[in-house]
Amino acid sequence: MVLREIRVKPAPFAYVRTETLDQVFDLLDEHGDDARILAGGQSLMATLNMRLSAPEVLVDINHLDGLSDISCDGETLKIGALARHSQVLESADVQTYAPLIAKTMPHVAHQAIRNRGTFGGSVAFADPAAELPAVTRTLGARFVLQGRNGQRTVAADDFFQGLFETDLKENELLVGAEIPVIKDGERTAFMELARRHGDYAMVGIAVQGRLEGDSFADMRVGFFGAGDQPILAKSASAALNGQPNNEDTIKKAQESLNADLDPMPDLNGPAEMKMHLARVLTKRALAELAS
Amino acid sequence: MDQNVDITMKVNGQQVSRRIPARTNLVDFVRYDMELTGSHVGCEHGVCGACTIRVNGEIVRGCLMLAAQAEGSEVETIEGLSDAGEIADLQKAFHERNAVQCGFCTPGMLLTAQELLKKNDSPSREEIREFISGNYCRCTGYQAIVDAIERVAEERRG
Ligand SMILES: Cc1cc2nc3c(=O)[nH]c(=O)nc-3n(C[C@H](O)[C@H](O)[C@H](O)COP(=O)(O)OP(=O)(O)OC[C@H]3O[C@@H](n4cnc5c(N)ncnc54)[C@H](O)[C@@H]3O)c2cc1C
Ligand code: FES
Ligand code: FES
Repeated sequence: MVLREIRVKPAPFAYVRTETLDQVFDLLDEHGDDARILAGGQSLMATLNMRLSAPEVLVDINHLDGLSDISCDGETLKIGALARHSQVLESADVQTYAPLIAKTMPHVAHQAIRNRGTFGGSVAFADPAAELPAVTRTLGARFVLQGRNGQRTVAADDFFQGLFETDLKENELLVGAEIPVIKDGERTAFMELARRHGDYAMVGIAVQGRLEGDSFADMRVGFFGAGDQPILAKSASAALNGQPNNEDTIKKAQESLNADLDPMPDLNGPAEMKMHLARVLTKRALAELAS
Repeated sequence: MDQNVDITMKVNGQQVSRRIPARTNLVDFVRYDMELTGSHVGCEHGVCGACTIRVNGEIVRGCLMLAAQAEGSEVETIEGLSDAGEIADLQKAFHERNAVQCGFCTPGMLLTAQELLKKNDSPSREEIREFISGNYCRCTGYQAIVDAIERVAEERRG
């Protein structure tokens, strides 16, 4: 059939549906750089279709057991790497223990993509414009990385290292995230500016912290779409802590963003436009947090 | 390593087995191997929603899933939903409200609308807009599509 010949998008590859971690590590060891882990496929498949990458083997991890659970012991919320975005969106535990993530999820892509895309895939992909890398960093999450000989745990702050770059080694799998449960009195705010709902944002902000009387405390301000990696705005957070919630404090926080953010110009506009949007979002998000 | 895979799945209720190149996308599989051409292919990188297909009861991007990943699954396309009468009311409302012009986006819109109405029987216009935000329509301007979905939601509530 003629039609058969034209359905060629990705370069040819082999595909293995793995059932055990050992099988995954065997394939990663054997093929090194030429093997690629396939989770939800919602980022990887697009790059394959466009031939931006051409692995020899796709290692499908969707059928590994026990990697899609969401659970909480009261102190730490655990989200398995294979938890789908739609599952996280609907999780009561996420609502209760990590409301910042609950506020984030409706902005992550669209329903059909959320039905496949995974929490771990989003973190491992480390897109600086994506919500979850920045939000997990804001929350001080830790990631559990599994190698053939055991696990190690890495703080989000150390995990994200640059443009699409993480601490994950070639022969390691991200198996889950551990998120500190929100504490009494902590408030959250999440906002982003996107041209179409569900698309990657031009700039976005995620905030968690407290108001002690009239003053900000324990503030953590995160940004996405504002640099070459997900950002925890340390100067802006410091400019808020211990200061009264007033115009002067907010202005100082906005000014300190110059030290925290380094947006890249893109199709949406120049870097200075993004800095402007980040300042606007900061003011709005802090108002929401305080309201 | 073998660049072909053997797959078995149900497509619109019918059991099928095939040997295909591993790189075959699900939407190409249903179009070219099953000859079900109601699912369309637009952008091929997840942006437009024309390729929307239902796998195990949930909508997915047919261009961002390998046919091999649907091994053992129940796959449903617009042809299946249409023949079963599951979305007859949506189809009628789209027709009557002029929510179909060229029709390229329509199969994806209908599957997406159906998933929305299964999750939420009384969505606001804003919620409808949000839910279909992943499906591009280059003709209608969306207003008529939102109207049609809103009306079917009302009708189904009775
Ligand atoms: C049109 C469109 C819009 C989108 N909009 C947004 C958006 O607004 N915000 C957003 O955050 N995302 C968005 N996404 C991306 C989506 O959230 C992806 O699902 C996510 O970024 C990647 O997750 P995945 O499970 O699909 O990973 P995959 O695509 O399967 O993998 C991505 C990369 O991570 C690696 N990987 C995956 N899982 C693991 C693991 N457990 N351990 C080690 N490596 C791993 C893969 O090898 C690959 O290199 C969008 C996607 C599309 C197509
Ligand atoms: S063809 Fe799949 S989303 Fe456009
Ligand atoms: S009717 Fe033409 S794209 Fe929607």
